[in-house]
This record gives sequence, C-alpha cells and structure tokens, in this order.
Amino acid sequence: MLKEISITVNGQQHTLEVEPRLLLVHMIRELLNLTGTHIGCDTSSCGACTILLDGKSIKSCTVLAVQANGKSITTIEGVAQDGQLSPLQEGFKENHGLHCGFCTPGMILRATELLANNPNPTEEEIRWGIAGNLCRCTGYNNIVKAIQYAGAKIRGEELPSTEPEFV
Amino acid sequence: MIPQSFQYESPGSLSEAINMLQQYGEDAKILSGGHSLIPMMKLRFATPEYLIDINGIPGLSYIKEENGVLKIGALTREAELEHSDLLKKHFPIFADATKLIADPQVRNMGTIGGNIAHGDAANDHPAVMLALNATIVATGPEGEREIHIDEFFYGFYMTALQHGEILTEIRIPMPPPGTGSAYHKMERKVGDYATAGVAVQITLGDDGVVTAAGIGLTNVNPVPLRAARSEQALIGKPLSEATINEAAQYAAEDCNPSSDLRGSEEYKRSIVATLVKRMIYQAVNRANNS
Repeated sequence: MLKEISITVNGQQHTLEVEPRLLLVHMIRELLNLTGTHIGCDTSSCGACTILLDGKSIKSCTVLAVQANGKSITTIEGVAQDGQLSPLQEGFKENHGLHCGFCTPGMILRATELLANNPNPTEEEIRWGIAGNLCRCTGYNNIVKAIQYAGAKIRGEELPSTEPEFV
Repeated sequence: MIPQSFQYESPGSLSEAINMLQQYGEDAKILSGGHSLIPMMKLRFATPEYLIDINGIPGLSYIKEENGVLKIGALTREAELEHSDLLKKHFPIFADATKLIADPQVRNMGTIGGNIAHGDAANDHPAVMLALNATIVATGPEGEREIHIDEFFYGFYMTALQHGEILTEIRIPMPPPGTGSAYHKMERKVGDYATAGVAVQITLGDDGVVTAAGIGLTNVNPVPLRAARSEQALIGKPLSEATINEAAQYAAEDCNPSSDLRGSEEYKRSIVATLVKRMIYQAVNRANNS
C-alpha cells in the first residue's frame, strides 16, 4: 500500500507516494535522482549514505523514507550555497581530503553537523566524530586537516597551511 | 537489501499505539530508532506484517530527576544521553557507554528504550542498567507496570515485555554521596559488538567501606549478566586490592562467553577480569572526586 509523504529536500518541498519499505537512500537516489548520496556497505557501517535529517547526520540506508515524512533533509547537492562551496567542501578541495571521492559526500555531511555542534574540535574529537565514516584511500590525515581548515574558516580565523601530507 | 513489505502505522499517542499492538497481535513490531530492527528486516531475519512507528508520540523523550529518581524517556536518543549535563554530573557511566555505542550517526537515531527492549546481551545499556539497579516501566492496555532489571531479561532476545506493552521509561535511583560509576567495552573497531564489556557502580561510606556495588557484564553470557558474586565480594568490606581481585576472578568464572572471531572463551574471561578491575578503580576514583 503506497503512502503519501511530504519531505523538504535541500530547501525544496516534495510530495511523493512511496512503499513503506522504501529506504530513504533509495528515495533520494532513485526517486529524486540525487546520486551524490552513495550506497556503500548497505549495513549502517560505512557512512557513505550519510545525510542530514532535520540537521542531524544519519545513515540513510537504515532509515525508511516514511520516517522522514514532514521532515527536512540535506544531501551533498544542497551543501553549496549560490554556487559557493561550503567551508568543508573548500577544505576537502584545498587539503586533498579525497582520492576516489566515494566517501566524501558522507564525510562532508557528517562533519557539517560536527562543526555545527562544535566549531573548534580537537583532533581527537574530529577522529571520534568521523568514526562512523570509512575512507579506504586517504588514511584520514587529510580529511582531518580538511575539517580543521573548515573549522578555522567558520570561526573566521587565519586558514591553516594546505600543504598535503604524504605518509 | 530491501525489507519484506509491511503496513506502516505512525500513531500520535501511546494509547493509539497500544490499541494497534493489540489489534495486530504478534505480527506487529515497534519501530523506535530502528537501528537494530531495520538491519534485521533488510536481512529478512525479521518480517513484521505491521510496523508501528512510535517516534511521533509526544512526551517520550526526556532526562529528568524527580524525588530521588532519575527518569529517562524511552525515545531519548543515545546522542542526548551522551551530552546530558545531568547525567555527566551524577552518572558518568552514561558518557562512557554511549560514546562506545556504534557511531555518531547511529547515536542520532538509536534510543535507550530500543536498546534495552531489543533484549540483546551484546547491547551496552543492559549491563549499565544492571549496575545502576534500574527499573523498567512498561505501558500496556492496563496501564503502567514496573519491572526490576533483574526480572527483565529472560533469554536470547527475550524480555519480560508482554505483547501489547511498550517500554516507556527507565527509572534509576539517584546515587548517594560517595558513589562513582564507569563502563568500558573492548571492541575490535567502532561499531563492532563487544568482545566483552563491564559496567560498575560503587558507593563508599565515610570509613571507606563499600556500602553498595553493582556490576553488569556485556556480551559474555546468553543474557545480560549481573556479576552477583563479584558484588558480594566488595559489599561490607573496605576496598582493597584483594577484594578487587576477588571480584574480578568471580566475574571471569561466572560469565559464559562463547569462542568466536573476537576471541576464545579463555581470552574473553581474562578480558572480563581485567575490565572489572579497571572499572572498579575508575568508579572509585570518581566516587572520591564526587
């Protein structure tokens, strides 16, 4: 039995008819064609499908689309504003925070909530904060630097050096 | 992976939800945070005909102190427990435990009520509840009833909750002065089940004698286990290396871990002994600084 749901996605209101068993990530990718949200492990381990649900980072492979009824979601496509990269997107670009890019949308959405709650995290807080997001390329060092760069940008401080780290 | 089809209901009140549970019977499951249930549904280990989403029911999410009792609403998210100032002040064990539950995204969804009602000995809150001597409130067609935590876990994924009942609140006695608590689990990586976990709460009198002790064990028994002999080894005696070693040894002997990818039975018993010691010291340090 189809159920009508109403969801705000990246600021735009959508009304959709969905099967209750439809996963939120499938709604995003297949009904809205927003394919920046990736499916990695499909078991809430890897974090590639992370989006914001009412401002909180969640794994959209383990949430039903009907659970988002009446709520607002942000995907990677909604992060840049007026063609301007967000501080995190800029941080990942400047610090070589990605290689293959598969984990990057989830990393950026997760770090968006992390910095909204705590704009000046320690390195340990950043590493614990992205513990639910797996990256198999970078070894995380440049991801941590990208998040530190974005934090500095949000705080209006001098930006740290963006010399990439080779380890 | 896609779950089997089901009918989705989102009641707006507790009484409506309980009516639905009665109406749909054994084919209905309650959806709370969903981070145990939805993975099971995707794997088709769980195939409910009806899913009753209780997230829209108001008034089930809170952390408050009333008349010497800490009350936690069943829909309180793990992330809220992790950052609660009231809990940090009186129950540092919650920050210890929640930080180790899955990862930040899962903690934004997962609820304390779901964690306990799932009845999984690998979950972290059951051991914490045993250490804190919690009481579980179940609300059903006849109203509320209280279930002491020692009467709550029955068997593998089985609890004292009856069909038609919803776990609505957790009640924990506020600790007297001189109390400290601590939790740690050994996990191979973030998000893995515990190799072993230990929860401890200890109260020391002015004379240094242990007046109360609660010790719960995670994932080393088919049901969440109270280390009763370990508690008795501490209570009524001044704390000493000898009593702490005795408590650790009893816990290692009394649990029933199974050998698996996380380690042999013998290895897990040794981890239990080590964690019991460390958590007692940690809890006592906190008691002395409270």
